[in-house]
Amino acid sequence: MTPRVVFPNRILPYLLVAPQLAITLVFFYWPASQALYQSMLREDPFGLSSKFVWFANFRKVLSDPNYLNSVQVTVIFSVATAAVAMGTALLLAVMADKVVRSRGLYRTLMIWPYAVAPAIAGMLWLFLFNPSIGSLAYGLRMLGINWDPLLDGSQAMTLVVAAASWKQISYNFLFFVAGLQAIPKSLIEAAAIDGAGENKRFWTIVFPLLAPTTFFLLVVNTVYAFFDTFGIIHAVTGGGPGKATETLVYKVYNDGFVNLILGDSAAQSVILMIIVIALTAIQFRYVEKKVHYG
Amino acid sequence: MATVDLKDVRKVYAGGVEAVKGVSIAIPDKSLCVLVGPSGCGKSTLLRMIAGLETISAGSCAIDGKVVNAVGPTERDIAMVFQNYALYPHMKVYDNMAYGLRNRGTPKDEVDKRVRSTAKTLELEHLLERRPRELSGGQRQRVAMGRAIVRNPKVFLFDEPLSNLDAKLRGQMRVEIKNLQRNLGVTSVYVTHDQLEAMTLADVLVVMNAGLVEQLGAPLDIYEKPASTFVASFIGAPPMNLLPLRSGQLEGAVTLPAVPTNAATLGFRPEDCEVRTEANGVASDGALRLMAKVEGVEPVGAESFLYCQVPGGRIVVRVPGRTDVTPGDQLPVFARREKLHFFGSDGKRV
Repeated sequence: MTPRVVFPNRILPYLLVAPQLAITLVFFYWPASQALYQSMLREDPFGLSSKFVWFANFRKVLSDPNYLNSVQVTVIFSVATAAVAMGTALLLAVMADKVVRSRGLYRTLMIWPYAVAPAIAGMLWLFLFNPSIGSLAYGLRMLGINWDPLLDGSQAMTLVVAAASWKQISYNFLFFVAGLQAIPKSLIEAAAIDGAGENKRFWTIVFPLLAPTTFFLLVVNTVYAFFDTFGIIHAVTGGGPGKATETLVYKVYNDGFVNLILGDSAAQSVILMIIVIALTAIQFRYVEKKVHYG
Repeated sequence: MATVDLKDVRKVYAGGVEAVKGVSIAIPDKSLCVLVGPSGCGKSTLLRMIAGLETISAGSCAIDGKVVNAVGPTERDIAMVFQNYALYPHMKVYDNMAYGLRNRGTPKDEVDKRVRSTAKTLELEHLLERRPRELSGGQRQRVAMGRAIVRNPKVFLFDEPLSNLDAKLRGQMRVEIKNLQRNLGVTSVYVTHDQLEAMTLADVLVVMNAGLVEQLGAPLDIYEKPASTFVASFIGAPPMNLLPLRSGQLEGAVTLPAVPTNAATLGFRPEDCEVRTEANGVASDGALRLMAKVEGVEPVGAESFLYCQVPGGRIVVRVPGRTDVTPGDQLPVFARREKLHFFGSDGKRV
């Protein structure tokens, strides 16, 4: 255990945490409480007056089939994005670990996509896979695939998952590479001498020792898929076709800022907040127990 | 159970650096071969080549008569104890020891039997359910040994296994390793930079320097007849006193026995010289006598070391028990003819 630091001054510790507290207050607690308050208001159609309705907005939202569809879309989208982004990144990191020559160059190239803004990443994928002008869409059709994400919901989903994970791969890659480097080489050698083949070594030694990294990335990727993919979905599909790619965050935006149903939108964002808090708590409580730190 | 034969083994790294420059060693069955030398002499590289962790650039390595150059470490049927022990941190001691057996498809009850009996030999039974981070350095070392023994391999490889332990524990483990190795009768290769470990453990001692074997033989033979000034100064603590000869003469010598014609360096061990003036019955005509000025005294208890200045350089003299010599004293140093070593200008023994 690290020794506890004792400050002789009574005010100094508060001063030191004040900037962090101020930021959290202004950018989290204040808007969150506003959302909570707004989620219990209902406005008249012209936005002139509002009425306090307690939990009526929540009841309405939770019984709305569109909302339940959005929950399903979000689950599929998040699980797929996290799985693809982490799986691909791990594969690339393991490969990169074996590269001996020009290792640095290879890694730098791998990290670039992270510097691309979400909306731009979305546009990139949109252009590549646009059914009428996209070069890769042309290739897909040449292969006999009836490619049209503007009409086909699951193709649209595939496209946003691909775009969202593509952007996250480099971030995950960076952490996996660092995680792999932290594993002492002698452990791998000991396992080899102990008769474990390359595959076995990976699954019995490397992967368990990467668990802290994997766990951390799981939290980060889930939060990313939930919140930070708005730009990509907005640019690529706009939640469509129909509501095939309308995630919870996208629906909050759509209902609040496009359809101007502020009460509903606020109720949804409160639910979203609860979901994320719950998810993080569950991940830390249960997954961490199976994680080995050193 | 197995012999290890190295024939003109070389290692050239990608950058062109030659770490091992042609080493041939034949290690007999059931014997313990110690590779000793300063850091960077290629001893660890050589061990890793026997293990299959490094490719062999040229020459051949045969285990049990079969050339294994192209065989991976997985199939060589060897076990290795690493300097940092390399225990799997996420596995319990039991699983650490069972890992190698399970990988080779040993039946479950057989694994259990062997792990438990090995644990018993090494007094690890009460630690089987612990993880490596909950163990002390000495316990980790034993687990690493257990992991090697439990597999019953053809060859044991030790890569400086005791260098992370404190001096007392190191002494204990040294004795234990020697006993284990003798009882199990497994051919072993042991790498160390500690000459004391090398002397006490080895059946075959290999002194290496700059990628080459300087001398190979039984430890006491090497101690008594070092083949070069390098071996002379590496084996034995404190090292052998080496003084330059100028055309067969030693500067400051009172008497000097007949010197071989091409000798350039005279050597004698600190424990082979005495402080006295008269020969006292010893044939003094063939002995070395010179005057030394004491610069420092190191009493160790059972013996004391006198660090002295002589015209030709510095020497160390070992005297038994306590001494009342103080720095600044002038002492007569005496060494018998048969205890003197001579080396040529190329450093080789003459």
